[in-house]
Amino acid sequence: MNAVDRRLGGAKPLTFYGVEVASRLLLGTARYPSPQIMSDAVKAARASIVTVALRREQARGDTGVRFLELIKALGLRVMPNTAGCRTPKEAIATAQMARELFATDWIKLEVIGNDDTLQPDLFGLVEAAAALIKDGFKVFPYTTEDLVAAERLLAAGCEVLMPWGAPIGTGRGLANPYALKSLRQYFPAVPLIIDAGIGAPSHAACAMEMGFDAVLLNTAVAAAADPVRMARAFAAAIEAGRIAYEAGLMEMRDMAAPSTPVAGTPFFDLDKA
Amino acid sequence: MQLQAGRIAILVNGERTETGAVSLGELVAQLGFSESQVATALNGDFVPRQSRGATLLAADDRIEIVAPRQGG
Repeated sequence: MNAVDRRLGGAKPLTFYGVEVASRLLLGTARYPSPQIMSDAVKAARASIVTVALRREQARGDTGVRFLELIKALGLRVMPNTAGCRTPKEAIATAQMARELFATDWIKLEVIGNDDTLQPDLFGLVEAAAALIKDGFKVFPYTTEDLVAAERLLAAGCEVLMPWGAPIGTGRGLANPYALKSLRQYFPAVPLIIDAGIGAPSHAACAMEMGFDAVLLNTAVAAAADPVRMARAFAAAIEAGRIAYEAGLMEMRDMAAPSTPVAGTPFFDLDKA
Repeated sequence: MQLQAGRIAILVNGERTETGAVSLGELVAQLGFSESQVATALNGDFVPRQSRGATLLAADDRIEIVAPRQGG
């Protein structure tokens, strides 16, 4: 398993819908102390994709224009989301509005099913994904670790999946590593991005060591005391985790095994052992 | 509430708004939006930029006018 993944991941560059992706860290643009800190954090993260959203605009307001200028100045690929949408209809209309405004057919598809956990409504997600793919979108569905939902999303035409690590904004890391590992092993060739729930660089490194292709996060950087330094920390952790995965981690064991050779140990007497 | 002749009440971004605009395109212009900098929906359905002029408004229509924002 590991060897196969290594060959797939190591030799071929990471691509989403045929587009080569330079960075395995996708960064959100929300909740930073200032626009300048957001720009600096994105640069420090060496991200090549940033997520953005749509919100209601005030009459005669120019908030959207100013934000778009800031984002364009970064020169990166943008992935709009459908955050806050609760039905396929809302998500589809939001995606269509986003495509027009951001001039991209990439969409981070969120259909939220529960207010407390912000858990995806997997049934609505599959329905919306199928409709959007028919309409020409490249859908990046925000999903759970559910294997059957993953299969349905792939059958609908999704070429990338974004399972959650933990509920959005919780910073709890990988809440269900067993199921995430199963998902990774079950779909070795599908780009899988851990989206949401990451709180610390070690969580991101862990996801990468498990063989996930990339990590999408926002709050962990934006809400740090120093977002720019935290962005650097995440970039380093994700790189370390990825290299470790490609290098092939040792197997875990239950019992100790000496690392120093036993043969030739001074004072060692087999009869007394 | 009594409206002047030729005016209707609609919901724009969730707020009751009286307008004399006949089309969505006219409404967007009257509210002071630059047409290329917002996206629109009418009663939950996306209305592309080029269709706004031909999209006629009716009383109680729900209009969304959105723009880019920070997102995760």
